[in-house]
Amino acid sequence: MTMTSTDTRSPGQALAEQPDTDGPTRRPFARRLRDWLTPVLFTVPGLVLFGLFVLVPILYAGYVSFFNWGGFGAPSDFTGIDNYTRLLGDPVFLGDLWRGLLLVLLSVGIQLPFALAMAVLLNQKLRGRAFYRMLFFAPYVLSEVITGVLFSMIFAPDAGLADKVLGAIGLDELGGLWFADQDNVLATVFLVMMWKYFGFHMMLYLAGLQGVPAALHEAARLDGAGPWQRFRHITLPLLGPTIRMSVFLSVIGAIQLFDLVWVVTQGGPDHHSETMAVTLFQFGFKRTQIGYAGAISIAMFLISLVFALAYQRFVLRRDTEGALTSMRGNR
Amino acid sequence: MAGLSACSDSGATTTDSEGRTVVELWNIQTTEPSKSVWPERVKAFEAKNSKVRIKLVTLENDAYKSKMTARTSSGKLPDIYHTWGGGVLRQQIDAGLVEDLTPTVSPMAPTFIPASLKPYEFDGKTYAMPIDIGAVGFWYNKALFAKAGLTAPPATWADYLDAVRRLKSAGITPIALAGKEKWPGMYYWAYLSMRVGGVDSMQEAADAEDFTGDSFLKAGEHLKELVALEPFQKGFLGAGYSTPNGEAAVMGNGEAAMELMGQWGPNVQADSGKGIGEDLGFFPFPAVAGGKGARTDVFGGGGGYAVRKGAPQAAVDFLKFFMSPESDRVLVSEAEMMPVVKEAVGALTDPGLKAVSETLGRATGFQLYLDQAYPPAVGQEINDSVAALIAGTKSPEQVARSVTQVAKSQ
Repeated sequence: MTMTSTDTRSPGQALAEQPDTDGPTRRPFARRLRDWLTPVLFTVPGLVLFGLFVLVPILYAGYVSFFNWGGFGAPSDFTGIDNYTRLLGDPVFLGDLWRGLLLVLLSVGIQLPFALAMAVLLNQKLRGRAFYRMLFFAPYVLSEVITGVLFSMIFAPDAGLADKVLGAIGLDELGGLWFADQDNVLATVFLVMMWKYFGFHMMLYLAGLQGVPAALHEAARLDGAGPWQRFRHITLPLLGPTIRMSVFLSVIGAIQLFDLVWVVTQGGPDHHSETMAVTLFQFGFKRTQIGYAGAISIAMFLISLVFALAYQRFVLRRDTEGALTSMRGNR
Repeated sequence: MAGLSACSDSGATTTDSEGRTVVELWNIQTTEPSKSVWPERVKAFEAKNSKVRIKLVTLENDAYKSKMTARTSSGKLPDIYHTWGGGVLRQQIDAGLVEDLTPTVSPMAPTFIPASLKPYEFDGKTYAMPIDIGAVGFWYNKALFAKAGLTAPPATWADYLDAVRRLKSAGITPIALAGKEKWPGMYYWAYLSMRVGGVDSMQEAADAEDFTGDSFLKAGEHLKELVALEPFQKGFLGAGYSTPNGEAAVMGNGEAAMELMGQWGPNVQADSGKGIGEDLGFFPFPAVAGGKGARTDVFGGGGGYAVRKGAPQAAVDFLKFFMSPESDRVLVSEAEMMPVVKEAVGALTDPGLKAVSETLGRATGFQLYLDQAYPPAVGQEINDSVAALIAGTKSPEQVARSVTQVAKSQ
């Protein structure tokens, strides 16, 4: 093997051997095999794990979603696409989609601009800047469960911190039932989400801002550009890749929201804060209608997948172009 | 999957290096005081039976349930395992995995509180040894009742609604309810259905997969009457059960006059709130005028031990020992279990638990918790629909229809 490998290194020699009837088929084959074997050997452990813990469960969930199955024994009651038609007529699931969309819009429309504003602010020379950065980032480090418990205490009607503070400054009117009110529960959940995650996006933006050359700002300033113009025409475009990434993470996060909702409301009151993941959990683990839960999980998977692919294809493409390695590029 | 796992030998008995028969017992006693009582009971048994070793496997409640689901579908159950009876046990019996314990239990049955056996009885046979039995009823704050001028607990639904009105007009929150968790609200609907239609109607409805009968509609209407009085604490729809500011805390801090809860109620009240001590009283769910159910019919549940088919005789011997009067007295006084053996009732010291036990002793009918008696999906749909009824978004008819629809799809 070592002999052939040193041989084939030199392209001239390989060309010279072309006319030989014996060599050309064997040696390139050995080389091809080797080229093929090395990456395979290195990726097999990863592929096996990925297949076992990602692909197989997805395929199995897809398989199960065509059965009326209680998770007991092997699925046998084949019902075709019944679970999917039921899904499309289920007011709770349709509500999940609507609420998911709302959360996505709120995240992208309110949370991210707010995070961006904070990032720009904390990128200035400011006394205690590091402290504020840490302070705003801290909630992200908390687990969603702890956050949930914390805020279910803060937003306890009357007895909680929120109502006490509002009462103390004479704004009782603004307080209320928070999580216990069907009309306000989603907004309250979003408030908590924002508290927890804006710091993370702020950090992304701060990192992105370090890549904006100061010289550009200086030049713009000399040309008489005001702060808004500099933000609009220098900072924002150069922050593009970061913003696109942050939108992506934010949307996927909103689609898969579970822990926080489960802890603070379990999706209630009367499904008004339920998300797809909560419905999935309800059917999979509480009602043990695994078939139907499988259908929900497939729907959720498809929504995330379609979004992710479309986003990669149409939005992230210019950021990743050339950065991705391919077999062809390697050769 | 089932086929694969079933390859391993499930019928054989195991012996340890000293030649003793090993009996595996899966229990859920992960917290004190019961946590240390189980090993002590096992030692007491082994001291008398040198040829047997009981291997305790102690699992946390939810972990136990998910592990058992896996074990059940693989057909390989532990020799002795905890069961709540009802639908899950039924499934295991239908799969031919559970030993019929009738020959063992029926001679002992006269010494037991009759209701304790109900969750494990199917087609006239008994499939588990009861080890614990409890019931749901109203825990009430005597001081707050007195403040509203109420001298005796209400005996009928009309009286009950009246009591709620009087508490309200005295400025007292009548009822603490964990609206977020749904199951505490279901208790009201279940009890009302039992009172209106009688205990038998509950199982009949499940068998017929039809919950649209008159009794369920009326139960819904009665619950609606209660909800219309706005008897619950502020923000109850977001309240948990044992969380800070939850149902038990509101009750335990004396901020509401009553809650409908099982025998564990007082403990959780004292944990989540301050506990109201002597002021705490217990009364059974009121009767509904014209209903078929008696006020002495009880809604509740307990725990028992089932034995897998083909388990060694030593497993059954242990259960006989475990639920002897002497042993149950130890369980009651040291592990704070509810007595199953009548003789052990005397070992109860807590007045609240005594009241629950007396209610159980007098029980003319017994209905197991709906989420255990019914298939999980039906139980959850009841929780969900009743929660919507309490939140004011579903009518009694809609509740009956949704539950029936899920029951039929099973």
